[in-house]
Amino acid sequence: MTTSPLAELSTHVTDLIARIDRAATLADLHADEPFIVGKRSILSTLQKSLGALAPEERKSAGAQLQEARRGVEEAYHVRRTFLEEATRTQALEADRLDLGDVVVAKVSVPLAVGHPGIVAATQRQLEDVFVAMGFTVSDGPEVESDWYNFEALNIPPAHPARGMWDTFYVDLGEPETVVLRTHTSPTQVHLMEKAVAADSLPIHSVMPGRCYRRDTPDARHLAAFHQIEGLVVDRGISFADLAGVIETFTHSYFGPDISSRLRPAFFPFTEPSAEFEITCTICRGEGCRTCSQTGWIELGGCGMLDPAVLEAVGIDGDEWSGFAFGFGIDRCAQMRHQIADMRALIDNDVRFLRQFS
Amino acid sequence: MKIPLSWLRDYVDLDETIEELTSVLDDLGLVVEGVEVVGEGLEDVIVARVDEIRAIEGADRVRLVIVDAGAGPLEIVCGAMNFAVGNHVPLAPVGAVLPGGFEIAQRKMRGVTSNGMLCSARELRLSDDHEGLYVLDEVIEPVVGQPLLEALGMTCDVVFDISIEGNRPDAWSVRGVARDLATRLGRTLRDPVLAAPDDTAASATYAGAGIDDPDLCGRLTVSVLRDVVVRPSPAHLARRLTMAGMRPISNVVDASNLVMLELGQPTHPYDAAHVAQRTLRARRARVGETLTTLDDVERELAQPGRGLGDTGEDCVIVDGDDRVLGLAGIMGGAASEISLRTTDVLLEAAFFDPMSIARSSKRHGLRSEASNRFERGVDPALALVAVARFVALLRESNPEVRWMADPLDVSGNVPEPPTVSLRVGDLERALGVDVAGDEVRRILEGLQFRVSGEGSWLITAPSARLDVRSGAAGRADVIEEIARLYGYSRLPRRTPTWPEPGALSDRQRIRRRLRDTVVDLGVHESWTPTLGSDADFDVLSPGGARVRVTNPLASEESVLRSSMLVGLVRAWGKNAERGLGDVVLGEIGNVFIHPDVAAAPRHTRGGAGGAVSLALPQENERLTMVLGREGDDAHTAVATWAALATRLGIHDVVVRSSDDVIAGLHPTRTARLVERGTNRLVGYVGEIDSRLFEVLTTGAPRRLGVLDVDLDVLFEMTLDAELDQFVSVPGRYPVAIVDLAFVVPQAVHAVDLAEVLMAAADVVEDVTLFDVYRGASLPARTRSLAYNVRFSSPEKTLSESDVATAREALIAAASALGAALRS
Repeated sequence: MTTSPLAELSTHVTDLIARIDRAATLADLHADEPFIVGKRSILSTLQKSLGALAPEERKSAGAQLQEARRGVEEAYHVRRTFLEEATRTQALEADRLDLGDVVVAKVSVPLAVGHPGIVAATQRQLEDVFVAMGFTVSDGPEVESDWYNFEALNIPPAHPARGMWDTFYVDLGEPETVVLRTHTSPTQVHLMEKAVAADSLPIHSVMPGRCYRRDTPDARHLAAFHQIEGLVVDRGISFADLAGVIETFTHSYFGPDISSRLRPAFFPFTEPSAEFEITCTICRGEGCRTCSQTGWIELGGCGMLDPAVLEAVGIDGDEWSGFAFGFGIDRCAQMRHQIADMRALIDNDVRFLRQFS
Repeated sequence: MKIPLSWLRDYVDLDETIEELTSVLDDLGLVVEGVEVVGEGLEDVIVARVDEIRAIEGADRVRLVIVDAGAGPLEIVCGAMNFAVGNHVPLAPVGAVLPGGFEIAQRKMRGVTSNGMLCSARELRLSDDHEGLYVLDEVIEPVVGQPLLEALGMTCDVVFDISIEGNRPDAWSVRGVARDLATRLGRTLRDPVLAAPDDTAASATYAGAGIDDPDLCGRLTVSVLRDVVVRPSPAHLARRLTMAGMRPISNVVDASNLVMLELGQPTHPYDAAHVAQRTLRARRARVGETLTTLDDVERELAQPGRGLGDTGEDCVIVDGDDRVLGLAGIMGGAASEISLRTTDVLLEAAFFDPMSIARSSKRHGLRSEASNRFERGVDPALALVAVARFVALLRESNPEVRWMADPLDVSGNVPEPPTVSLRVGDLERALGVDVAGDEVRRILEGLQFRVSGEGSWLITAPSARLDVRSGAAGRADVIEEIARLYGYSRLPRRTPTWPEPGALSDRQRIRRRLRDTVVDLGVHESWTPTLGSDADFDVLSPGGARVRVTNPLASEESVLRSSMLVGLVRAWGKNAERGLGDVVLGEIGNVFIHPDVAAAPRHTRGGAGGAVSLALPQENERLTMVLGREGDDAHTAVATWAALATRLGIHDVVVRSSDDVIAGLHPTRTARLVERGTNRLVGYVGEIDSRLFEVLTTGAPRRLGVLDVDLDVLFEMTLDAELDQFVSVPGRYPVAIVDLAFVVPQAVHAVDLAEVLMAAADVVEDVTLFDVYRGASLPARTRSLAYNVRFSSPEKTLSESDVATAREALIAAASALGAALRS
């Protein structure tokens, strides 16, 4: 009767684990790897010797050896993790810096010039135009409830008009009740509700901000984009005031040779509604490829506040009337700087960023 | 919607040029998105008869075809195989120029001369059919040598592609567009040519109709058509459909589509032989019912949907055995479809509740030309007019058809057309101009509104105008119609003024100061994604409550960011790959904290009617900077913070190292920015964790400085600093400067010791740390901190003994913190 090649297996395992635990550094452990779990390990040698066994015996011996190998590998892994952590802790300790002890006067920082983001810079220019026209500027949140983004704006649940916005829903509350705002109009609702509560009408405000639409990004659209809207609620406001504000803004921002025109359109929150177009800034109205030879390019939407919106926020439509308008900040930037592909705005390529001042 | 000009001219005389018409349509809000001229370039194409087909030696893809177009045999090489000797096909002779500018020349192929080209329908731009030649025998009775346009009864035509706004279901038809044009141009709108029932037997003797749920189905009409012969539509009707963008199928289906395009009423033809008891009923679907729609999808009905308030209501059409035939107004089932064997047709023309069609269509992800119209609102009065038009069109190809008398017409709940009052002065208040009464009346009557009264008017909307509401909203709707037809360009403009001044809020103004400051400090302002992946934020902290999007475009874009660090480090890494890593990137933006873990979740109105209070994520505005210039590290990050704080007038924030690990930041080289006194956390300063660097960038390990500031706090502090407007005037007497170095226990913050020194004597003007020394010569767990101290008095020149006294006071005060003067 021959001795099983695995007779000494448990001793070998104990030895190997002891060897693993002796390794004091990662380098030691790594150097030992071939002898512990690698080709030069006793386990590999035993594996080869199994070939001499009868098939029946070979099977059970193989399983036994496999089990032993798992144990050793586990021990190796545990040790390695431990040594890695220890190494990192050691390195971190060696690296330790009490930031309270930093002598600011001694820190030398290269003289570098930064660059504002093109969207922020464009937003500022637009805000400045509207502030000069007598508007305040309002901020609002990016996550909104269904009420602010849709229903108070005369877009009831399941209304086909909701198809006008590809909406990202946020996983909070009942399904489809919380959204990433699809426009900055919810800020208008907040403003009106607050003004009603505080009895502080009139409102003359613009609201710039980031919005989201579930639209695959391409050269002309990004899923996140920036909009600026305007809201006026006052006594005796008519469509003529809306058209006048649009025209004044157009001259003021784009220049005296660029003018605006309104065409009928549909938005659930305004009635009458209009799209506003401006003289093509490329050809100055002559007709070119950008404006499809029409001399005009579409900038945004506007209209008189729908009575249903006034009612939703509790404003008396017999006393107050108003208008709203809105358009894309990114689109203004794109037009002004001739940006061929909007995706450049989110690439954060320094070669793009440093062109703005 | 694509509308051929010839079709519009059936309803209104139009002599304008294409440019003039385009401009009028645009100005009516019927925006022309494209204009296509069709039939152009077909003037030279003639009808030819195939007399012989021969194989060409060595060619199996083309054959030699000998045709006669009236001038004797012509040899033409042709690749199509779908025709036979005796067929008539279009021939473009040598010299002809086809649509798109393709000029036909004599060509030699395989050694054979081809004297022209035989054309497919697509080559002639008549349809998309490119299966082979356009075999004319299938559509007309051709005459050899006749010009093709004449043979097809065609003239050149213009197709307008018009975008119809969602609130104009009445305009979503040829006649609707014609109505707007006729009103604007002051012309007569012609009525459609209609048929009348011609079979004396009453429909009820043959078929049945019913409405079980009148809230879902407002009107169901069923007409019976007998002796129907299903065959192709005549060429001119097929052509109309093609130009309008629909495929001709058979005379019955085509007539249904033509009526929908022309008048706006969808109709649905059923093969009467496959409708049990020849009865159609409209009812609510029951839970457990299913339907296999024409697109071969089995659909479970009456299952509540995801949308707010979607209870799962479906309106279905059932037969006399109560079996579901179709999803009402959206799509039919296969069983009762029209086939070549159909002889009797039940034609359904109905009105369905728009909102329930909209919900069903959205829930089942099923949109059709019919559902698009029903969900916006089809004129409830139109049903039988549309059927009369259907029969008139069908008769052209099926003269033997009989329409049974007294079509079945069952009523449910139909919206009542609202009556709106327009008071004197309303128009001027709304539009800024008082449109003349005659013109208002002409406009409204042109649009088929009923107008009564003088001065103050009562205006009743036509049944087609389901968009017109009642009350004040309806008044706005009517005013829009008046303004639209009057012309927006004719309305006055006035720039309003008001006494309230325009201004930025404090927060916006301070945000600008901050942005300018960080740009001055070298920041390239970036815009990193709001939406990231779980993996992105696992790098910062595994698990945790995250704000998620339920319908992301991609799974890597499903989590709202809780930090801008990931995006900025990744953006820096990409720039570094291009050799442009010597840069500081920064972003001012919102991060989102799940309401379950937020210190201050936002409570707001939500749910149907805004009646529910919802907890929404806390939106925290932050400034995050990643300092990646050569040599940037925690030191430069601290210096950058110091510069930023100084620029904003903030002096009460201290840099506090602490042993808590801050996710994503270097565990031993990061500190908190804490407001002294309140202990409010203002942000973090330090370096990024090397692990974060490894995961997000591809480059060799290196340090990146980080500054991350909570702007909600910083803005408040800046505003407080602005409000504190006290300044001190420096004394005129000389200043004494003393350097003091202390051996200080590790646990004592340098800034705290400085603060103690500042308070130790009246004459201390300023204390600045200028050197830190650690070394073996010092006791364990201590370091040497050297301060530059300035003494001055507003009243006198300090004597040596004054300075010495003050110095002793400082040393004594320092010893209270365990700091000993270094000898």
